Amino acid sequence: MVNITVNSQIISVKEKTYILEAAKKQSIDIPALCWQPGLEPHGACRLCLVEIEKSGRKRMVTSCNYPVEEGLIVRTNTEEVVKTRKIIIELLLARCSTNKKIQELAEKYGVTESRFEKKEEDCILCGLCVRVCREIIGKEAIGFSGRGIYRKVTSPFEQPPQECIGCGSCAFLCPTGAIKIENGLNMRKIAEINCEIPLVFCQYCGRPIAPLRQIEFLKEKTSLPEDIFYTCAECKRKNYARRLIAMSSKR
Amino acid sequence: MREKEYLFNNANKIDEILVKHGMNRSRIVAIMQDIQNEFGYLPEKNLKYISMKLQTPLSQIYSIATFYRAFSLKPRGKHLVTVCLGTACHVRGGARIVESIQKMFDVKPGEKTKDGLLSLETVNCLGACALGPVVVVDGKYHGHITISRLERIVKGILNENKK
Ligand code: SF4
Ligand code: FES
Ligand code: FES
Repeated sequence: MVNITVNSQIISVKEKTYILEAAKKQSIDIPALCWQPGLEPHGACRLCLVEIEKSGRKRMVTSCNYPVEEGLIVRTNTEEVVKTRKIIIELLLARCSTNKKIQELAEKYGVTESRFEKKEEDCILCGLCVRVCREIIGKEAIGFSGRGIYRKVTSPFEQPPQECIGCGSCAFLCPTGAIKIENGLNMRKIAEINCEIPLVFCQYCGRPIAPLRQIEFLKEKTSLPEDIFYTCAECKRKNYARRLIAMSSKR
Repeated sequence: MREKEYLFNNANKIDEILVKHGMNRSRIVAIMQDIQNEFGYLPEKNLKYISMKLQTPLSQIYSIATFYRAFSLKPRGKHLVTVCLGTACHVRGGARIVESIQKMFDVKPGEKTKDGLLSLETVNCLGACALGPVVVVDGKYHGHITISRLERIVKGILNENKK
């Protein structure tokens, strides 16, 4: 355990945690768009910046990827921090001038106008989608392409990604809603990453359950009976109830 | 049939490159440089092939291929003129050089001439700022370049082709 001071409150936290995690445990509010528990920090959005003081010297760091150390002094709300954070939000707001989530964030932190040239992007290049696919799903189906103003999230060669199982974790984690899932009649589509995968339907009621490749993936990862994969949650519950009733009436 | 033969030969060459680098996935950039030098660009099927052979996700390879200006996913012209537009070269007239090459040889940055002989590309700093403006012609660096000198150099290599 190490002791750090956050906003003049002394707290003791496990070694190797990052400032952001420590602060969150104390319910201290630090905005963070590119951070998610369970994923490696990436330091891309710069929103989580805080001031740290070490042997009398102050500087600003991104709290999501700065590990705590004994005696570290952290301030999350100094004038300097608030001002810089606002500039970052202004930049995000310029890039995503029509995005709901970014507008909400801006409002929460008191940014109403952006002085920078407006764009209508949704993606902020936080990389959560890329990281969840790599670190949790283990597929690494999507990645960044290009550089600088051309950088974007996409599938290799902008073709349907071979590795993608259509699980939608990317869309689930995306903080701005830039990646969207569309379940059609037979297909799941995730247009931003060029994914299109047939859906599997419940063997009892015919409702869509999940994309085919995701089911294959789950079958590989688990050793559950086949039947489970082709039954929707609702029918599973009904079947189970039916069996229970049958059992109790036999007795 | 032809196509198959080509694929096959190509794979041989790639295998050679892979073996040269010890099938080592951490040497991916060097491997891609060799492929780029061999074919003048990074053929899609070759990248898919090395992804499989090195068990490296294609998304990573594609990221690298689109990140560095030294790589190209489209076939380049026979000759390549790369004009630096980094800060130092920019203030010393890099943009004007691009413009004049564009007019002189009828080729847009990022594209090649109709006869496929010349590609024009730009880059953001080659790390030789003191020599700016810098232009690279077929791998050879020309510092303190002027438009007229560059014209002579490019015409020179194009003429050699005609002979
Ligand atoms: S698509 Fe969403 S999750 Fe992916 S990098 Fe962009 S903002 Fe982040
Ligand atoms: S949350 Fe720390 S940089 Fe994005
Ligand atoms: S700016 Fe041209 S070499 Fe650096």
